[in-house]
Amino acid sequence: MRSSRQRFTLAVLLLLVTPAVRAQTAPPPAVMRQIDALATDDGAAQRAAVDALGQSGDRNVVPTLEALREESLYVWTPPNGTRRMVIARDKTTVNDHDAYVLQDAYGAGRLHNADGSELSATTDELEEVSVDRRVRAVIQVALERFKLVDSDPAVRRAAAKSLADKGDITALEALADARAAERDPAARTAIDEAYNLLKLSAPAEQDQLAAVNQLGALHSADAVPRLEELRKTASPQLQAAILPTLERIRWWQKVNRFLYAVFSGLSLGSILVLMSLGLAITFGVMGVINMAHGELMMIGAYATFLTQNWFIAHVPARVFGVYFLAAIPLSFGAAGAAGFLLERGVIRFLYGRPLETLLATWGVSLILIQAARFWFGDLTAVVAPRWLSGGIEVMAGVQLPYNRLFIIAFTMVCVAGVYLLLLRSSAGLRIRAVMQNRAMSASMGISTNRVDAWTFALGSGLAGVAGCALTLIGNVEPDLGQNYIVDAFIVVVTGGVGKLVGTVAAALGIGWLNTFLELVTDSAVMGKVLILVFVILFLQRRPSGLFPPTGRAVEY
Amino acid sequence: METPAPSEVSHPAPVLAAASPVHLLRDDNRRVAGLVGLVTAALVLVVALPLLNVVGRPVSGTETAGAWYWVSDVELNLLGRYLSYALLALGLDLIWGYTGILSLCQALFFCFGGYCMGMYLSLQTGAEGVYESTLPDFMVWNRVTELPLFWQPFHSFWFTMAAIVIVPSLFAFIFGFLTFRSRVRGVYFAVLTQALAYSMWLLFNRNSMNLGGTNGLTNFKKIVPTLFGYSTTLRLSEPPVQRGLYVVTALCLVAAYLLCRWITRTRLGRVLTAIRDNENRVRFSGYNPANFKLFVFVVSAALAGVAGALYVPQTGIITPGKMSVAASIDMVIWIAVGGRGTLVGAVLGALIVNAGYSYFTTHFAAYWPYFLGLLFVAVVMLIPGGLIGLPPQIRSRLTRLRRRGQIE
Amino acid sequence: MKISQIGVFRTIVVATVTGAAVLCWALPGRAAEEGPPIKIGILHSLSGTMAISEVSLRDVDLMAIDEINAKGGVCITKEGKKTCHKIEPVVVDPASNWDLFAEKAKQLLLQDKVAVVFGCWTSVSRKSVLPVFEGNNGLLFYPVQYEGEECSDAVFYTGAAPNQQAIPAVEYLMSEEGGGYKKFYLLGTDYVYPRTTNKILRAMLKAKGVPEDSIREEYTPFHHQDYQQIVQKIKEFSAGGKTAVISTINGDSNVPFYKEFANQGLTASDVPIMAFSVAEDELRGMDTTALVGHLATWNYFESVDTSANKAFVAHFKEYAKKHNLPDADHRVTDDPMEASYFGVYLWKQAVEKAGTTDVDSVRKALYGMTFEAPSGTVKIDERNHHTWRPVLVGEIKKDGQFKIVHRSKGLVKPEPWSEYTNPDKGCDWVDHKGTYEKNAK
Repeated sequence: MRSSRQRFTLAVLLLLVTPAVRAQTAPPPAVMRQIDALATDDGAAQRAAVDALGQSGDRNVVPTLEALREESLYVWTPPNGTRRMVIARDKTTVNDHDAYVLQDAYGAGRLHNADGSELSATTDELEEVSVDRRVRAVIQVALERFKLVDSDPAVRRAAAKSLADKGDITALEALADARAAERDPAARTAIDEAYNLLKLSAPAEQDQLAAVNQLGALHSADAVPRLEELRKTASPQLQAAILPTLERIRWWQKVNRFLYAVFSGLSLGSILVLMSLGLAITFGVMGVINMAHGELMMIGAYATFLTQNWFIAHVPARVFGVYFLAAIPLSFGAAGAAGFLLERGVIRFLYGRPLETLLATWGVSLILIQAARFWFGDLTAVVAPRWLSGGIEVMAGVQLPYNRLFIIAFTMVCVAGVYLLLLRSSAGLRIRAVMQNRAMSASMGISTNRVDAWTFALGSGLAGVAGCALTLIGNVEPDLGQNYIVDAFIVVVTGGVGKLVGTVAAALGIGWLNTFLELVTDSAVMGKVLILVFVILFLQRRPSGLFPPTGRAVEY
Repeated sequence: METPAPSEVSHPAPVLAAASPVHLLRDDNRRVAGLVGLVTAALVLVVALPLLNVVGRPVSGTETAGAWYWVSDVELNLLGRYLSYALLALGLDLIWGYTGILSLCQALFFCFGGYCMGMYLSLQTGAEGVYESTLPDFMVWNRVTELPLFWQPFHSFWFTMAAIVIVPSLFAFIFGFLTFRSRVRGVYFAVLTQALAYSMWLLFNRNSMNLGGTNGLTNFKKIVPTLFGYSTTLRLSEPPVQRGLYVVTALCLVAAYLLCRWITRTRLGRVLTAIRDNENRVRFSGYNPANFKLFVFVVSAALAGVAGALYVPQTGIITPGKMSVAASIDMVIWIAVGGRGTLVGAVLGALIVNAGYSYFTTHFAAYWPYFLGLLFVAVVMLIPGGLIGLPPQIRSRLTRLRRRGQIE
Repeated sequence: MKISQIGVFRTIVVATVTGAAVLCWALPGRAAEEGPPIKIGILHSLSGTMAISEVSLRDVDLMAIDEINAKGGVCITKEGKKTCHKIEPVVVDPASNWDLFAEKAKQLLLQDKVAVVFGCWTSVSRKSVLPVFEGNNGLLFYPVQYEGEECSDAVFYTGAAPNQQAIPAVEYLMSEEGGGYKKFYLLGTDYVYPRTTNKILRAMLKAKGVPEDSIREEYTPFHHQDYQQIVQKIKEFSAGGKTAVISTINGDSNVPFYKEFANQGLTASDVPIMAFSVAEDELRGMDTTALVGHLATWNYFESVDTSANKAFVAHFKEYAKKHNLPDADHRVTDDPMEASYFGVYLWKQAVEKAGTTDVDSVRKALYGMTFEAPSGTVKIDERNHHTWRPVLVGEIKKDGQFKIVHRSKGLVKPEPWSEYTNPDKGCDWVDHKGTYEKNAK
């Protein structure tokens, strides 16, 4: 009983569904007429037809218009049948002749014979519908109309912008409708802007006035050139409305720039902190000038590159983005190990002779750079994980990139971690003891050799982690370290050798100062030069940096 | 944290030796031998080698090679450039080897002298340049229509000569005065000079500075020295002119060597060494180390400037790349390889490292950084006294072994 | 394998005796004898900051030499006798050090006595070796696009002059097909090539009626990494649409720039970046997701669809694997590599045509010479030492290759002196001595 009931339901369902599958949604005759009208040599008529289709609001004509644009729309004259419009895109062969598989012009569904096989036509049965550039432009506008109701808000935004750019006043209605239905705030702002921008070209001055005021309220940057142009030909009343609007928008732009500069400075400062943290430990805590610090960062960056490659080869693409999280400890380990070896092999013999360590580590850096070049070649691409690409739009026109936000957060974690390690853990206690009084620490039973090696490894590991973070922003190349080493040293020295808080303060200070100098002088180079001059002068006044090491020692 | 002075480690001075007449004789012998060696070296460099460039020259226009003893133009030119490096090294040794100041901006002073000479040469090229204008080429493509004010005096040969010495010295004086007065020293000073070099590098790279930007100054054709109304045109492409430049460089090197030797032999030199060993004690003894340091710093800057000026006509180009931090560190390596605190070591180090550089980049293209890097590490770790300090080091090692053997 | 003269002569006598007079005539002369190798110099940085670009040129030059040697070498026919010489490359490393370039050039010309040098990349390196080549009658093939305003008889420029790259690129952008852009942000690294190129572009835009405030010019130093502010400025400038960025950013500053650009929300359809220093080789080192849709203009792309190019690309990939070049699986070919490659062949052809390696004769033989390069036929101009090349505009694809969206009609004549900034200057070594004033005729 049940099974027969099921069978019955199934049959009914099938019957209901099949006609829907078999037959396309019946095309409205008006639309069909417009589609037929496309097949003409008269450009103006074609453009009118395209326009009408665009305004029809019928989504099924989107593939028609796209096919028309790519010149895949044809008039098909079957040997025994009526002419109709078809889309012919996919090639096939029929009896050794070149042919195309046919799709319905309306809705682009595949056409079938009575027996169910796919309908195809040879080239002599098809007559191409050609378009010129002007028609293509109109097609573009028509398609944008449809994009206004796309499911993806980003597409809707782009469509709104593009309609505003094209200046097609007939799109006003579509925009008004879209505006009413829009839920996504960013898309709605874009549609609002577009709507008002188009309204600027309205014949009635009342509308123009309203549009001007609205654009001012929206702080629309795109409106500035239009408003400037309009000013020249506007009535005094309109001009009186345009001027304060322009001022308002410009002021908003300045505020934007300023706010972004604040973020910029923070971002730059956080990168400096990350780079200098490791150096602060090896230089500040241990008195070792490590010119190979940049190369340790490079090792971290290459470790990230290798992790990425391994993930590409062995891990499904969906989980690829995780590689970055895995790369962080690996970079730390790789650079830390390299630092450990460096310390045991070279630096151990040079304690108390900072200038010698400078030279020796410079030699090591030359070797490391060339070795990296030899192994990896000069060009290695690190693909940022998806979750770190793009940014978050905080205000109109101000997008804070995710990668920089991540670096800021990551830096805070690192600083906190180092702080906890040095000031709250027993290992940190040992490190500080050795730094303050080596002889006494040794007498207390601390293995100074071991502590030295591990401290250096810690500093190097931090360098590696910085290198890993830097792959989000810059290149991975053998010369990576050279770009950053001088900046890192300057930060450490300015902050005060031996104090981590000094390093952090100096890095943030230099980051912000650099950004604002760049903003004020409008030149990247001058910003950098002024910073260096400032540092030089600052060190003249306070030779020991922002937070000088306290103590009785007369000589460093 | 006191550091054992390097000189103590590598040159264990015989404390009571001066008393014994036998040792006095040995010292005298050593002194005479040293003098003879120096005079020979000077003669070889200044007289013999240029002579060998003239004699044994292949007949121009034919395919024959020169005689086996012929020093070719390319080789002489190379040596001339190395000697100008050696001149720079002398100055650097004076401040680092003798006074303990690690300055990583010597390349900057080198470039100041080089640019002064370069500016003079660019103006001399004048109408023979690519654009056939009185303005240097780079100004034409940089859309500059009039020679900037600071370029004008460089038309004069003697002004240029003066500027070569004065500009770097003045710069060093100002920087040194401010810095040494604040008692910035050691590592801080090194980092400060790095910052200075870096910022100047950025500035010189800017085209708006009207110094050629990244391309620097090039396309030099002639020097036209004038004296009491007489002037001669010396075309840089002619071998005799290059030979003359070489001889001038060699003479300057000898003169600089004598100057440095004199400085280190006087009481001034002793104070410098004392500053290197323990600056605070010097201060407590009543001297003001800042003045001494300033003096040496200026002298070394002047020497670097002269070196740069001699280098440029022999190379044909001066770019901001030459004042980078890397270039400065390389210069310190020459001293380390040759032997710190010994003037001969500085010259030797400069010659050897640069010759090695030329050799390795030709024969081991793409592998030379390994060699150079290993050289740095090895020298610093194994031979802290440099090559000059190698014989005494070996001697003391042998002595120690012998003594150990004796005790056992 | 040497076939002695006597052996061949005997063969010919025998052939004639058997009534093979026709055969004797049909034989391509005497079989080739092998002569002493010809030395040529390769002057590219293999370490230092420029190694990133120049190492590939050395590789492709050596590959070309291998190919030529495999076919017997350079064969000179003198008085009916054909001698083939293998090419012996002398590779030196000037290490991105401009002084060293001059030094090595002197060494190659005067000590190694090479017949020709293939080398240089940056304008600094070329300018530093120019006096050496000019003073010692040397010959240099320079394969990289550059700023023009140079006309030396010691150099053959196989890379693009501005009118073969920059000008067509901007013309394309201004055209409807290209998108009809009206505002241009000229962003470059601060050195001679971007400065001069932008000078020319400004003059051209002015001549085409683009107002001053629709053009912005900005320069950053080498190795600059922080483009946050600049991207903000571009955003502001591009308000209102129809803005394009013309990028002459060089080297490792490209990656941070493109990344920042994308991360701040700008896309190629909003504001396209047209680059002149970004080719397939540079894309190898970049995460291309940020770059898709942006443009570049060159005279060659690896995606050029000719059989000559397919063979070239395949051969190079094979060569990379065989010689264990770093990153051998992902090596690509690009414009400077192709220019360097056909430069070697052009020289070879010229030597064979002139019958000698003597520089003056080879120079004359090169004027007007053509070659079937991977990008199609190329021709050395009859007068100005530059090369006629096609102009291609490409769009970056995800895989680091370019989709060619525009191609010039035929080859574009090179003009080292731009008609926009120096209309009265010309470059001619046949009727004049290099640069000359067109009006004073």
